[in-house]
Amino acid sequence: MTKQPAIELKNITKTFGKVVANKNVNLTAYRGEILSILGENGSGKTTLMNMISGIYFPDEGQIFIDEKEAHITSPKDAFTYKIGMIHQHFKLVDVFSAAENIVLGIEDGKYNLKASTDEIKKISEQYGFDLVPEKKIYTMSVSEKQTVEIIKVLYRGADILILDEPTAVLTPQETEKLFSILRRMRDDGKCIIIITHKLHEVLSLSDRVSVLRKGEYVGTVNTAETNESELTEMMVGKKVDLNIQRTEPKNTQDRLVVNSITCVDRMGSTVLDNVSFAAKSGEILGIAGIAGSGQRELLESIAGLQRLEYGDIFYFDPKTGKKESLRDKTPMQIRNMGVRLSFVPEDRLGMGLVGNMDIVDNMMLRSYTKGHSMFLKRKNPKDLAMKIINDLEVVTPSASTPVRRLSGGNVQKVLVGREIAASPTVLMVAYPVRGLDINSSYMIYNLLNEQKEKGVAVIFVGEDLDVLIELCDRIMVIGSGKITGVVDARNITKEEIGLLMTKSKDDGKESNNG
Amino acid sequence: MAKQKDNKHHEPLFHIVKRDDMPQWQAWLIRVCTIIIGFLFVGLLSMAITEKSLGDTYEIMFSGVFGRLFEGSTTMLWKYLQEIAILLCLALALTPAFKMKFWNCGAEGQALMGGLASIFCMIQFGEKLPYPALIAVIVVTSILAGAVWGVIPAIFKALFNTNETLFTLMMNYIATQIIAYYVYIEGGGSNVINPVAYGNFPAVGNNDYFVNIVIVAAITVFMYIYLKYSKQGYEISVVGESQNTARYIGINVKKVIIRTMIISGALCGVTGMLLVAGKDHSINTSLVGGQGFTAILMSWLGQFNPFIMVVMTGIVVFLRLGVAKVADTSLLNSSFSEIIVGIVILMLVGCEFFIHYSIKFRHSKKEVKA
Repeated sequence: MTKQPAIELKNITKTFGKVVANKNVNLTAYRGEILSILGENGSGKTTLMNMISGIYFPDEGQIFIDEKEAHITSPKDAFTYKIGMIHQHFKLVDVFSAAENIVLGIEDGKYNLKASTDEIKKISEQYGFDLVPEKKIYTMSVSEKQTVEIIKVLYRGADILILDEPTAVLTPQETEKLFSILRRMRDDGKCIIIITHKLHEVLSLSDRVSVLRKGEYVGTVNTAETNESELTEMMVGKKVDLNIQRTEPKNTQDRLVVNSITCVDRMGSTVLDNVSFAAKSGEILGIAGIAGSGQRELLESIAGLQRLEYGDIFYFDPKTGKKESLRDKTPMQIRNMGVRLSFVPEDRLGMGLVGNMDIVDNMMLRSYTKGHSMFLKRKNPKDLAMKIINDLEVVTPSASTPVRRLSGGNVQKVLVGREIAASPTVLMVAYPVRGLDINSSYMIYNLLNEQKEKGVAVIFVGEDLDVLIELCDRIMVIGSGKITGVVDARNITKEEIGLLMTKSKDDGKESNNG
Repeated sequence: MAKQKDNKHHEPLFHIVKRDDMPQWQAWLIRVCTIIIGFLFVGLLSMAITEKSLGDTYEIMFSGVFGRLFEGSTTMLWKYLQEIAILLCLALALTPAFKMKFWNCGAEGQALMGGLASIFCMIQFGEKLPYPALIAVIVVTSILAGAVWGVIPAIFKALFNTNETLFTLMMNYIATQIIAYYVYIEGGGSNVINPVAYGNFPAVGNNDYFVNIVIVAAITVFMYIYLKYSKQGYEISVVGESQNTARYIGINVKKVIIRTMIISGALCGVTGMLLVAGKDHSINTSLVGGQGFTAILMSWLGQFNPFIMVVMTGIVVFLRLGVAKVADTSLLNSSFSEIIVGIVILMLVGCEFFIHYSIKFRHSKKEVKA
């Protein structure tokens, strides 16, 4: 059977200011196949797909759909070409039901929720989705919301589906289920394009892989004829050693003890429920869980940014051995107590750094209050900025460039560099490699390992279970604000952690994964 | 292939792309060109309406601002500098608040309250206190009055997260009504307060406005240093850029909001004092005359840099006085000047679009060779 090309890109170029997001990209996807677009963060995968789905318009080049040239100037155009994109961040109305969200924006002049619901049920059955059309979005789990997004584009008759990092927010079990649905769609003759940077997913799911590097098209290979190291080389441009050196923890002592803390959010719902654990010096404690299960609140509680309803947090000073409570302390008070707590928050430019300030002024964030003068001293921060730029190989025009102009990896190096420069005894990092290229990611892992060797208690909130298992000493799993297990990272599988991640949520209910 | 082309969707003629890589000199070139175009436009429009030649129009504008400067008379020049000083002082007052992203639209009211404090002291204590003590009381009460008017919305913002734009705006109306009432009482129902002879700023070398101008020059330098080199200025920037970052490093955001609005309000109060004690020696509800709002634009156009604000206020006041003279000589009313100033400010704001975005015409695409 000859393959029907569903979509062809020819010489697509897109620039944002000086940044070339895509340069002369050529790509073909056929009907009845799953094509992976593989590339590091910042390689232009999402930009390319946004041009197909009408969000951006290419500066140069042509798009052909079914061998006819197409001008896709809006998502509506994309829809008339039967292209549907499932974004990384869901675009749903929380207070509407699944069915209402699915029919939203369809201008066919009639609104018949009953008929639509039947249609949705038919689609669900055909491909094996589990979805209750009447269920409201805000009561749904992440994977259910994703299901709604996928059905939404299918309902509109899409037969070219683009999924942007669909597995980033899913547990291993949910991922497997999504993959089997995607395979069923492929067999139904649809063209599936999936954007990812996870190699094992590419290998297990797709028929062909197209690789992008720094906005340029590197090549396309058949999945059956390739392997992880070849793909990595295509992606990065050189051979990379993908091993994390994990040492045995030495002289572990309790450094930070969290004692049954409970927090509520603004709406009054419990985000941390009776959480207790200890972080020990000289080890890396991993925290795994579905995004939004209370990881952020947990770290912010320790950092003095979240009010505790119940419970207490104790810090054991390594010099004096004194036990001090951090409850109801502000970040400034915690610092003044001599607690050397460093925190690399998830939202780097919105919390850890100030995007519009340069590297020097960002260094100053931690130290500007020192001294009695009314005026700022920029000498030390400047030296520190230069040191970090040199030591961590930060790519920047100068130390006076606003940090928002730096790439994600370099922003993170600046932030981690500053936090480590404070010579912490407790180092908390939240999703430290999100959005980073492979080399920067491994540099961050090495920095964390160095800190562990120095006897720092490292708390690592991660999303990639493979990395957590390779890097951490112990892994604590959090689900819906509760600790569902603490396991030894050396003797655990991804699947076991995946089960723990969804454990508390289901509390007797049927698991999403059947 | 081309014949089969789908005609439903045409290529867009152009699209707009965000840019943030324009070098500083190029950005300034655009702004300077805009100002030149603005002046040309003003000249041509005036010419069309007044039927005078372009040269004459500019001459009238110049004479409206500088008077007989070339013949040795500096009276008008000082008046010009005084007008700049007032507008600049208000813009400087607003700048720390704006840098903190606290949209203080209440400069008008805060300045009025400062002015009220001044006139009140001048009338009540004028005869009783020796001159230096009187001036000291005027300075302190004016600053306090402005600060109080500024800090009320700040406290509500810090504690209850009220919307500061509406709050400060409403405070203006309250201030205006208080002034109206005071004038009614003090003027004995005549709605006019005759100029008070006590507590006026001294004239230096026959020049009534010298003190005002020196005070504002000092505030300009102070504000530049405060924002750029002081710890408090740094805190203002951090709170303005990201409250989350401020919280994360332990800045007390509420304290910074309140402290900054005390400064902002106090400087507005100073402006009111300059207007009353240094210029009018009286008060009425149009004391500030809408300059509290023009100052918002001045602060923005000056990119929160006090020295650029000096230039911007210089241009705007030049236009205001110059075009007023043009209107005057042609029996147009004063609205003409306001319209012209509004248009030029709009052009200045508009030119920022071309600095932050570029328009891409879809130049012939690379043809694909099959």
